[in-house]
Amino acid sequence: MKYLDEYRDGEVAKKIVADIHRITTKPWVLMEVCGGQTHSIVKHGIDHLLPESIDLVHGPGCPVCVTPLEMIDKAHAIARQPDVIFCSFGDMLRVPGSDGDLFTIKSLGGDVRVVYSPIDCLKIARANPDKKIVFFAIGFETTAPANAMLAWQAREQGLKNVALLVSHVLVPPAMAAILGSPYNRVQGFLGPGHVCAIMGYREYEPLSARFKVPIVITGFEPLDILQGTLMTIRQLEEGRAAVENEYSRILDREGNVPARKLVDQVFEIADRKWRGIGNIPESGYILREEFRDYDAEKLFDVMEIDTRESGACISGEILRGIKKPHDCPAFGTACTPQRPLGATMVSAEGACAAYYSYGRHLKQEKSRQGDLVAIGGAA
Amino acid sequence: MCLAIPGKVLDTFDQRGMRMAKVQFGGIVRETCLDYVPETQVGEYVLVHVGFAISRVNEEEAERTYAALRELDQLTELEAPVVEEIGPAGFAGANAHSGRNNSSSGEDSS
Repeated sequence: MKYLDEYRDGEVAKKIVADIHRITTKPWVLMEVCGGQTHSIVKHGIDHLLPESIDLVHGPGCPVCVTPLEMIDKAHAIARQPDVIFCSFGDMLRVPGSDGDLFTIKSLGGDVRVVYSPIDCLKIARANPDKKIVFFAIGFETTAPANAMLAWQAREQGLKNVALLVSHVLVPPAMAAILGSPYNRVQGFLGPGHVCAIMGYREYEPLSARFKVPIVITGFEPLDILQGTLMTIRQLEEGRAAVENEYSRILDREGNVPARKLVDQVFEIADRKWRGIGNIPESGYILREEFRDYDAEKLFDVMEIDTRESGACISGEILRGIKKPHDCPAFGTACTPQRPLGATMVSAEGACAAYYSYGRHLKQEKSRQGDLVAIGGAA
Repeated sequence: MCLAIPGKVLDTFDQRGMRMAKVQFGGIVRETCLDYVPETQVGEYVLVHVGFAISRVNEEEAERTYAALRELDQLTELEAPVVEEIGPAGFAGANAHSGRNNSSSGEDSS
């Protein structure tokens, strides 16, 4: 219990942890979906506070992690063009492709810029009418309204020199893919709070009903995660499976209606490839037909780039909750944040990188469930 | 990048049809689009994700969330360079007035 004192509201945390221990009678496997939640769990040692029979596995909700390697290679091919200003969120710059990263391209003379917001590209486009401004539009539902606004405003403002390299993924289809797998272990989900601040949680209800799993929409702060865990375990122990909202102070069932509306006007749902997992049907966004003039994949003829992943990496199984970082022989040795072999090590929000940055690669972790090596217990 | 950051709305203005605000995050002020929370008023707190307010929050929630994000080292996106509204070479200033540029000092590339 040594971690509890670090929480600002230590007494509340202690009570929730005590409640979790009191109501837990069976082993349960819970998955937190969002990379921010993973980061918070590992940083605060939340998994170490839970009963031994509760296994927290880490989901696919790290947007940098699941952006496919071939999309990184496409980004690099575009960024190398002399008439291109390639703009990106900062955390994509150090993600290695088949041949270096965006920093490498910048050091070789490419015009690669970090932007705070996608709509910064509008100003860059106006200031550089002789250049093509390409934005690397990655992310989950959280970044979709911002990326949609870039395409919308580019059209509204008549800017012909803006394009988006779209690699957008969606949470519910990934959860369906995890639950539908014959290897699935996940029995309950902590749903992604900030994704649902945009999307609401209506679309999680059919998922919960179809697979009979509790889904509790949860924030990322330690108390949120403990409370979401308690709510999920309570449903499991009572034999219920419903969508509940732990994060009601931020979001409701409808989400942000104006944001959803613009996303729907700019994007349509399509099959998407996920790094480490592969193709998931109807799991992401592409630009609608009326915005295809802004589609960088078409403008730059990079559709045929197809890159294979390292065979040594088990990130696909980690992203689906089947394995954990310590199950990988390369974790912390051949694979580190400086030299990542795959998805879950490329961003701080990935499970492997989070474990590594908090020193868990240095610890002997004991096995919790069968042949599956789990974390913690030693605190 | 997947977590929204709370900040305080200092000022609102129009930028080519978008309702924008200057939003303060700790010691950093950034331009933020308010089109997805159009009812937001000066002095209120909003959760901001990559330059877009996505929901309103109260002050206590904003402060606690901001502190939690700082602990998780999730505030680095605020340090991204500020993009100035500048015209093309030879036309400098041509666009600067129409956009009511409010960005503070910074550079346009990193």
